[in-house]
Amino acid sequence: MSLLDVQDLSVVFHSKGREDVRAVDGVTFEVRSGEIVGLVGESGCGKSVTSLALMGLLPPRGVKTGGKAIFDNGVDLLRTDQRTMRDLRGREIAMIFQDPLSSLNPVVPIGDQVTEVLTRHRGMKGEAAKKEAELLLDRVGIPDPRRRLKEYPHQLSGGMRQRALIAMAVACRPRLLIADEPTTALDVTIQAQILELLKELVHQDGTAMVMITHDLGVVAGLCDWINVLYAGRVVETAGRHALFAKPTHPYTHGLLSSIPRLDSVRGERLNPIPGSVRDLLPWLEGCAFAPRCDRVTEACVEGPPELTGGAHAFRCVNPVLEESGQDEAALYSREVSGAIE
Amino acid sequence: MLRFIVRRLLQLIPTLLGLSLLLFIWLHRLPGGPETALLGERATPETRAAVREAMGLDDPIFVQYGRFLKQLLTGDLGNSLSEKRPVIDLFLERFPGTIELTVVAMLFAIGLGIPLGYLAAKRRASWLDHMSVGGSLVAICIPIFFLGYLIKAVFAVKLGWFPTFGRQDTTIDATHITGFYVLDGIMTQEWDAALDALWHLVLPGLTLASIPLAIIVRITRASVLEVLNEDYVRTAQAKGLTERRIRGRHVLRNAMLPVVTVIGLLTGGLLSGAVLTETVFSFTGIGQFAAQSIDHRDYPVMMGFILIIAVVYVIVNLIVDISYTFIDPRVRVR
Amino acid sequence: MTALARKKIAKLERLAELAAVHSKEQGESLWREALKRVRRNPSAIVGASILGVFILIAVLGPFLVPYDPGQIGVGIPFGLEVKEGQAIYPGPNSEFWLGLDHQGRDMFSRMIVGARQTLLVGVVATAIGLTLGCLIGGIAGAAYGLGGKRGRTIDNVLMRFIDMLLAMPSLLLAISLVALLRPSLMTVMIAVGFISVPIFARLLRGAMIAQSNAEYVVAATSLGVHKRKIALSHILPNSIAPVLVQATLTLATAIIEAAGLSFLGLGNPDSSQAEWGTMLADGLFNSRFDYAPHLALFPAIGIIITALGFTLLGEAMREALDPKLRK
Repeated sequence: MSLLDVQDLSVVFHSKGREDVRAVDGVTFEVRSGEIVGLVGESGCGKSVTSLALMGLLPPRGVKTGGKAIFDNGVDLLRTDQRTMRDLRGREIAMIFQDPLSSLNPVVPIGDQVTEVLTRHRGMKGEAAKKEAELLLDRVGIPDPRRRLKEYPHQLSGGMRQRALIAMAVACRPRLLIADEPTTALDVTIQAQILELLKELVHQDGTAMVMITHDLGVVAGLCDWINVLYAGRVVETAGRHALFAKPTHPYTHGLLSSIPRLDSVRGERLNPIPGSVRDLLPWLEGCAFAPRCDRVTEACVEGPPELTGGAHAFRCVNPVLEESGQDEAALYSREVSGAIE
Repeated sequence: MLRFIVRRLLQLIPTLLGLSLLLFIWLHRLPGGPETALLGERATPETRAAVREAMGLDDPIFVQYGRFLKQLLTGDLGNSLSEKRPVIDLFLERFPGTIELTVVAMLFAIGLGIPLGYLAAKRRASWLDHMSVGGSLVAICIPIFFLGYLIKAVFAVKLGWFPTFGRQDTTIDATHITGFYVLDGIMTQEWDAALDALWHLVLPGLTLASIPLAIIVRITRASVLEVLNEDYVRTAQAKGLTERRIRGRHVLRNAMLPVVTVIGLLTGGLLSGAVLTETVFSFTGIGQFAAQSIDHRDYPVMMGFILIIAVVYVIVNLIVDISYTFIDPRVRVR
Repeated sequence: MTALARKKIAKLERLAELAAVHSKEQGESLWREALKRVRRNPSAIVGASILGVFILIAVLGPFLVPYDPGQIGVGIPFGLEVKEGQAIYPGPNSEFWLGLDHQGRDMFSRMIVGARQTLLVGVVATAIGLTLGCLIGGIAGAAYGLGGKRGRTIDNVLMRFIDMLLAMPSLLLAISLVALLRPSLMTVMIAVGFISVPIFARLLRGAMIAQSNAEYVVAATSLGVHKRKIALSHILPNSIAPVLVQATLTLATAIIEAAGLSFLGLGNPDSSQAEWGTMLADGLFNSRFDYAPHLALFPAIGIIITALGFTLLGEAMREALDPKLRK
């Protein structure tokens, strides 16, 4: 049974005097209990907006959401009232953000920021909450947790801050964890440690996780299922093996072949995707990726392509059919070990 | 912490020395020379000469400055020309009134300004927001003494809800111990006296509060707007915290940092405003006394006023700095 | 005293830094872009309109008055006489739209003519503050930015003095100055102007220091351009924007402060020249306000609206310069 079932999610921003912006446009995916699902795409593809919509954290004014996001017991996360949502947030669904420094309150000690979740959702107070917070910090690998509880965010290193944020997120052993680019703001060496920590934590607790990232290397060793997003729509969705073995959408293919490989022949060129997200087409007029695609045909701009292909689905009329030759295990181990060197 | 306070106190010494030097120069540049400060402007040349002699005004300038400093340090500010009594005593009698007034004004300004600024930010572009922003702009542009007369005319003269002048009704036979009338009333359990003194503070307090109130509303609003966009507020929401917890712990706690700074800054302006407000309401504090001294060209009183305000300023400043280290851990003393 | 002054300084320095932030859009200068934003701001339009009318009245004043603003007892032919002893002050009527003042002069004519004097007080006071402040701030800024070790010393000495002034409550500074000079219109202008000296000095210095770290100055220095030329023809012109913003805001406070001095009896003792601050003080004198509120009300309204005009325009200019508020 699925834990989270997102169907046809759309988010439209509108501000006075400007054209509406469709940040997310009919995104559908599913997260099963204990599963790790990746949402991959460039900045501006709508992956962060998706996560905020699921958490009910989009600004109340000027935003319109459509579709459904059914969580576990049948609650639609997009339509439920604030009170229910507040009870769910932090207890059932938790989130980790990109920039650990700005995501922590600078004038409140780390300990208080951890215990307030415990107080809110688990009714723990005083010494008991403090004890639990200490255990939590220890669990996320913060040394000398007793002392750290009293410290302020600016006294911690970047990696420690992200660990503290993770501690707050897993404090109530949530069913679902949403991680929005949790390693982007960190040093390369720290990135790998944080990824390993997250992997371990969700494994131990049986927590499902939505991993949002622009980095295919991150999802390679982590995610069971991967959704590739482009311009607010899912362009390819597949299990990890299938996706890495045979990336079908030209965009996925491009992303994968733009990752430098250690075993590549000397002198071989990297294959970056030309252009940027800015030159995109509105989906209504055809494939949004068409302007940047090297496999573009007449059919591409005749109308929006549908998501086809069963379990390994893709949204393309002229898909890539050959194997990639990429091995996701090697990719991930390089992501991790390359960092540790 | 103690070392920090001591260090801050030591830093004050050069500033106060500089101020005393400025005062000394001011005294010597007075029309008619420093003896005018003692004798007033109508003294005969003979008495002038005698006083010059007695004051040692023909001594070298350094000797004179040394003597001046010594007098200041011993609290000897000379005698008032109009009241013929030591300036320091006259000020000590009137100081409690001004303190009561400024405290009440600050309570008004903070108590109304912070909630109003917060609500304006929270409901941005609502009528409440527009009213707060517009109202505070107008408040800054109204000459404070005119506002005082206006408030007095409406609430005291026309409606008769409040007294028009003074610190306490003369018909009340109140015992005065500290000079703080409200406090005295409470200490002696003369409740009607305390209440009456408090009643006398309302209109001048509101008048004096107008500008600080306007500034606090504006700063709080701007600061809350900034904090509401911060990532850590989103984190707090993601944790499922209650609205109340987010407001107190995460929004206001951070938004108050610039407000505290401004409150300290405003205290200086408050003392300027007290001169005008106390005059409007015939409120016997040091502000009204200073205004009278201008009328009488009572130079020793004027000098005393400048000095006292400078010292008050220094103390408030120190308090702000110390309180700042408590609310912002990032500037905590190493 | 230094610490509170430091807070003031921090605020001024932030404003000063804004001048050093250059527009990202290419081909459009900071000035033109700022001007565009000012024009889009409704409060700027309101402020500018108020000031437009005010300046028009100030310039054309003497041609608009129905009566001689100095003529005492102008109402007597109409049976309207001011009797101070009996507290009789004829209020607004069809002949004298705003009534008669305490000496029986036409309030309307005095308001019209007074606009010029009031503007004069504001402008001269601000000009005094601006000139003195920019002189000190400019020297300190240039010395700090370009002068090496000796420059830092010059800057240090000047700024310690400025900080001391900055820590003094403004009215107090004015009062002690007026005590040294004889009360007159000029004295008021000097005293009020002096209040703003430290603000302007801090501001210009801050802007110049921010500018002297800008890349084009580094470039000019590396090209061997003479230091004095860099300071005068590059740094100074680019640092002036926040000073002008502050000057607009200071015009408002100067008019209000001048009225305050008049109220304390430190203003212009000669009331034959109509000026709103003096008129307001006269209207509040004794208990005239209780019997004839119009004496104070009209000058007060004039002052408030004018101050509002300057403040609205100044705030809009500041917002236009602040990249944080650009959206």
